[in-house]
Amino acid sequence: MAAALPVRSVTASRARRRHRLRVLAFMSPWLIGFALFFAYPLAATVYFSFYRYNLFQLTPIGLTNYRFLFKDPYAWQAIKNTLWLVVVMVPLRVLFGLGLAQLLSKIKRGGSILRSIFYLPFLIPPVAATVAFVFVVNPGTGPINGLAAKIGIHLPDWFNDPTWTKPGLTLLALWGIGDVMIILLASLLDVPKSLYEAAAIDGANAWQQFRRITLPTISPVLMFSAVTGVIQTLQYFTQAMVAANASQGNADQAGTTTAPGYPDGASLTFPQTLYNEGFQQFNMGYACVLALVLFVVAMFFTLVLLRQFHAFGDDD
Amino acid sequence: MSRRPWRLIAALVITAAATACTAGNQSPADSGPKAEAPQTIEVWHGWSASHEVKAFEDAIAGFHRLHPNITVKLVKGQDDTKILNAIRSGNPPDVVSSFSTNNVGQFCSSGALQDLTPYLKKDKVDMAMFPKAVQDYTQYKGDRCTMPLLADDYALYTNKALMKGNQPPKTISELTALAKKLTVRGADGTIKVAGFLPSVTYYEHVPEHLATTSFGGQYLNAQGRANFATDPAFTKYLQWEKSLIDWYGYDNVKKFVHSMGQEFEASNPFEKGKVAMAIDGEWRTKFMEDEAPKVQYDTTPTPVDDARQNTYGGGFVTGTIIGIPRGAKHAQASWEFVKYLTTDTDALVTFANGLGNVPSTIPALASPNLKLPAQFKTFLDVFKNPNSTTIPSTINGGDFVVKFQSFVQDQWEPGKVPDLQKGLQGLDKKVNDSLQLAGG
Repeated sequence: MAAALPVRSVTASRARRRHRLRVLAFMSPWLIGFALFFAYPLAATVYFSFYRYNLFQLTPIGLTNYRFLFKDPYAWQAIKNTLWLVVVMVPLRVLFGLGLAQLLSKIKRGGSILRSIFYLPFLIPPVAATVAFVFVVNPGTGPINGLAAKIGIHLPDWFNDPTWTKPGLTLLALWGIGDVMIILLASLLDVPKSLYEAAAIDGANAWQQFRRITLPTISPVLMFSAVTGVIQTLQYFTQAMVAANASQGNADQAGTTTAPGYPDGASLTFPQTLYNEGFQQFNMGYACVLALVLFVVAMFFTLVLLRQFHAFGDDD
Repeated sequence: MSRRPWRLIAALVITAAATACTAGNQSPADSGPKAEAPQTIEVWHGWSASHEVKAFEDAIAGFHRLHPNITVKLVKGQDDTKILNAIRSGNPPDVVSSFSTNNVGQFCSSGALQDLTPYLKKDKVDMAMFPKAVQDYTQYKGDRCTMPLLADDYALYTNKALMKGNQPPKTISELTALAKKLTVRGADGTIKVAGFLPSVTYYEHVPEHLATTSFGGQYLNAQGRANFATDPAFTKYLQWEKSLIDWYGYDNVKKFVHSMGQEFEASNPFEKGKVAMAIDGEWRTKFMEDEAPKVQYDTTPTPVDDARQNTYGGGFVTGTIIGIPRGAKHAQASWEFVKYLTTDTDALVTFANGLGNVPSTIPALASPNLKLPAQFKTFLDVFKNPNSTTIPSTINGGDFVVKFQSFVQDQWEPGKVPDLQKGLQGLDKKVNDSLQLAGG
């Protein structure tokens, strides 16, 4: 009896180890992907942030890159602009997308045509869409400002006036609302009709039905739109850069170095600063610091949003 | 038994790490096959339009005849990011060409491109065939890691009809007087025809094409630090620029500039007859030929500050660069290719004819085979003029140019700088901080 126990224990331990190895083997594709495409790049970014790194040479410089962040006027301007876009553009996109989806869900005839019309701008490549948009609203050559002026409405000089640049970019984002609209429309059409019928019998009005039935049912999709919207906006790059170049009249030039964030830094976003530092000035170490800031901020927003939506879901 | 796989893995990891660390670090000079051996070299360049690609192919036809053993594989549409990534990966092309002259400092200081001095010495290439400005923008602190491949330079374009019989200006005071005389305004003061728009937001009227060429400003001092507050030329340039903008009215200038459209379109205001005088590159002659053949125009060197009339004739010079990446597998054949393309008169003239650029050696300028419009002669003269200038190479690209441009267009022109000296000191500090961060 006394001699049998260790044998059983050894056998059990071997079985456990085999089981663990099997689990590990099944998980290995994900683990390898996670290690290669997330853990390693993250660790490398932290590592390089303590170095002066021009893609070829590494020089340890301690916290210099981190200290420079506090005196870099471009980074702070970019942070302000990016936060403006997160706070204004993301909620507007979700609200506009929801409103549009709500309207389209109610339309009985011609809905599919309207859905296609509203979705189409999202399919245009961002560079082409931005150049076209900047051209259309150009005060000198574009038709919109010209037509508006003819009927006595003086529209702003969207992408040449620092005050109106970010609202202009927001308009551009609302024009390409197709992605948000389509998933919200799908989720709206998924809400069981029986719930509305029951609520109507109980005397709930349209707002109460929307507040008590629609919103709680589609809240996971709303959360998805908000979280992905925040992350996308924190990475907002192409449209801002193309709008700046197109409105300066040099969208068609290669090899030229232009002042970022035209006009007056109003379109300078955080990823643009990161790109400029990394790939135009070759300060890869400092660009890594900026990337880490972006990572931390994106995590923060995601966690806050997740908590808010959980709280929202619990209440209901 | 159980330890063997770990030993094997450890050995693989160590080998991989060692390989990764040494990738691209080979000694360049005599590595790879001799130039006489049969081989294929890969050449990356940034041109992509069909006429540009054809011009490149035509330019290297003579190389095939000279070196039948070397097959050249041209890869179009490449940019600096792709080039740097390829070099880092340890598997670079044999030759690379870049439009980003501002990045020479980084290419040379990082060792991404090989120092060509040993090759130049071995083959006794006379660098005097290149003007001084061209020699300057292709090296960084004595490390010549690139050679010039065609050049761009800048001069004053004047619309003959809008000039109304006036001669093109040679000095800044003549330019200012003519700009005012030739400007046509609407009843509300808006600009219908501009004599000359000094704003840096007008396409090629960027500071480097006026502040250094016309006023003699030196961006960096002897220690390689920003010089904006210390060099009075920048103050003089900025005060002239602002006074002329104020004469037009800042809002009028803004309105005119914002309605211009893209620089390389037929709506360009010089081509449309809305601007009497403008500084532009030699390529505009080709655009004029294609897009505005009826517009009669002249070209003359950029006007200079009245106190620097002895420097009249020069202009801003820059251009495309070409080099051999570190780790190139056919370095010797690559050098033969680079040498041929950057020094052979026929190759340069063929290429220049195809692209409408300036051939980048002094002997090529005199070639009877150059088939370019009559107005192009000014650019050939500017190119070889000893007073022509360029921008210095720095370790962090053209950061100082970008910061100065931002300062002028966003702060100075709208009148947000109450104390210019203080503003320029602040600009110097920002430039120096960035240079220091990059290790410059």
